[in-house]
Amino acid sequence: MGMQEPMDQSQLHPMEPDTKTLHVVTMVEAINMALHRAMSADPSVVVLGEDVATNGGVFRATVDLKQRFGCKRVMDTPLAETLIAGISVGMAAQNLRPVAEIQFMGFIYAAVEHMVSHAARLRNRTRGRLHCPMVLRAPYGGGIHAPEHHSESTEALFAHIPGLRVVVPSSPTRAYGLLISAIEDPDPVVFLEPKRVYRMVKQEIFDDGVGLPLDTCYTLKQGNDITLISWGAMVHETLQAAQQLEQKGYSVEVIDVATLSPMDTDTLVASVEKTGRALVIQEAARHGGIASEICATLQEQAFRHLKAPVARVTGFDIPMPYFKNEHIYMPTVDDIVAKAITVLEAI
Amino acid sequence: MQYTNTPYKAKCVIDADGTPLLSDIGILKQKTLLKKLYQHMVLIRQFDQRVVALQRTGQMGTYASCLGQEAIGTGIGAALSSQDVLVPYYRDQATQLWRGVTLSQQLSYWGGNEWGNHFSGDATQDFPNCVPIATQVTHAAGVASAMKIKAEKRCALTTCGEGATSRGDFYESLNLAGSWQLPLVVVVNNNQWAISVPRSIQTGAETIAQKAVAAGIEGFQVDGNDVCSVYDAVQYAVEKAHQGKGATLIEAISYRLCDHTTADDATRYRQIEEVNAAWKREPIKRLQTYLHSIGAWDHDQEQRLQDTCKQQVEAAVAEYLSQPNQPIDDVFNYVFEDTPAHLHKQLDQAKQKQTHMAVTEGGH
Repeated sequence: MGMQEPMDQSQLHPMEPDTKTLHVVTMVEAINMALHRAMSADPSVVVLGEDVATNGGVFRATVDLKQRFGCKRVMDTPLAETLIAGISVGMAAQNLRPVAEIQFMGFIYAAVEHMVSHAARLRNRTRGRLHCPMVLRAPYGGGIHAPEHHSESTEALFAHIPGLRVVVPSSPTRAYGLLISAIEDPDPVVFLEPKRVYRMVKQEIFDDGVGLPLDTCYTLKQGNDITLISWGAMVHETLQAAQQLEQKGYSVEVIDVATLSPMDTDTLVASVEKTGRALVIQEAARHGGIASEICATLQEQAFRHLKAPVARVTGFDIPMPYFKNEHIYMPTVDDIVAKAITVLEAI
Repeated sequence: MQYTNTPYKAKCVIDADGTPLLSDIGILKQKTLLKKLYQHMVLIRQFDQRVVALQRTGQMGTYASCLGQEAIGTGIGAALSSQDVLVPYYRDQATQLWRGVTLSQQLSYWGGNEWGNHFSGDATQDFPNCVPIATQVTHAAGVASAMKIKAEKRCALTTCGEGATSRGDFYESLNLAGSWQLPLVVVVNNNQWAISVPRSIQTGAETIAQKAVAAGIEGFQVDGNDVCSVYDAVQYAVEKAHQGKGATLIEAISYRLCDHTTADDATRYRQIEEVNAAWKREPIKRLQTYLHSIGAWDHDQEQRLQDTCKQQVEAAVAEYLSQPNQPIDDVFNYVFEDTPAHLHKQLDQAKQKQTHMAVTEGGH
């Protein structure tokens, strides 16, 4: 999946938090930087998964961790996703902070039982005696012409589960800060990385070890006529759509949800109370998705402010097509602009 | 006593008649420990039967009895060190009690109260009962991995039924234990029945123990109705784990004299003759016979023990029945370390609902 351009690791990963050097990095480099930083800061952080140690991960997200922190803290596991999640639960109960990688979200389903039946409940069912501070990372989403089972967006599966945090970064900056916070979080986090964004853009970030808040939305652009709500890779199409809408004379607010559960509905509701119109954009299939939850919340809590029905742009309710038809499935900038205009012109 | 992967042959210290088969084994010389093991099994059997009675009279939730399998939990409890971690399934009442999970706590758990899992003492780091079959084996592998990473001289011990050995979690964990040389002990309570499915169709493998071979770890069978065998085997495996010499799979052969749970009716799928025959091999009588034969036990001691156990069980039951329900706050406030805003709102709703229900009930 794309070759890693050589990086000067010593410059990228000093031992102490670095608040002076600006690094221009891709999202996958930002993730790698956050993992280095978290492991430097806290000896209880360990990394495990398939091909994460010697190979540095198939996307290179874990590159050089083993060389730096050794094979006791950076572990190549057998090829068994159930095991990866299950042993993470056991490690976390022993006060380690495992950061486990599932190589692609399409293979995460074998790990679901442990996330749902154990990680999400361990604190609750022991009334706080045991806890589960683990992070399950997985690249997800379509748009990179990947093989079968490598392109789905099934984040709603996890967001439905009480006790799990589901976090989705949309940019290098967000990936660095949210991953630092996810690793520091005392509860289990499913951290879904939109792999289409892995090398899409570069941003300037400090390797300062400072996390970004979880359970909060990020307002990327302020506006008054409509609120566009999205997360992950679709934030990029959404921002482009916002630009086009602005060229047409509309004032557009754009919100990156970032933490899908527990969700910061206050920010979403406050925005829609201001704009009176909302469009939710998700790459996932339509039925029972996060967009559905957001629509329901907005009509419950902002109904009297709504000037038009809340609308959605989503994938279709079909298995992700093989990549020759992937472009038909993926929501586009044009889809978002067209739907936004119907919302803006309604009533 | 040597344990090897082959031949797979049941190890037995005291047979079903109470006859010692292996005179040179250490446990037979420890009369105080033998009596303690016996007393523990008697207490657990009384407790177990009392819990079933509570369920039958509507004072208890669905309960998984350990009738006939008391030797496994007792032997494990006695052989495990206090610093080790138990990752149990749901027939480990005897082990949990040995590690300090009180009878009244166990009643709370089975009686529908999460505070029953709030262990202390030796059990502080132990996992609570695991209901999804075999998943606990992976957790134990994770606990053992953490111990190995931290270079601690401790081990994780997990239990499961023979049905659980058909599941991926079991194989994946054993495989890892071999690959990473984990300080892990897996004890399979082969009680011959996974609800209604007999051992004969659970697997084509000749023994459960041989499943260790493919994983590259040591595995062997013991007589799970002989507490001395279980104790000796677990002690061996725990010591081996502490020394960094890797994982062990112990197949403890027993028989489920009870239904699967109080929600089950085993007469639907198995013959009473088989159960009657199994009663002749149960764990308590044989040890009592042996203790009598060496002059370590008499009728008066037996009577006093039965009375004491009854008092202990009734005291635990009284404590359980008098416990007030936990405040509704508790079912919301432990989901996350910091309870998020939406759960605070939902807690308020739940409290209103609770008040409303109290008023409605009061009106009847």
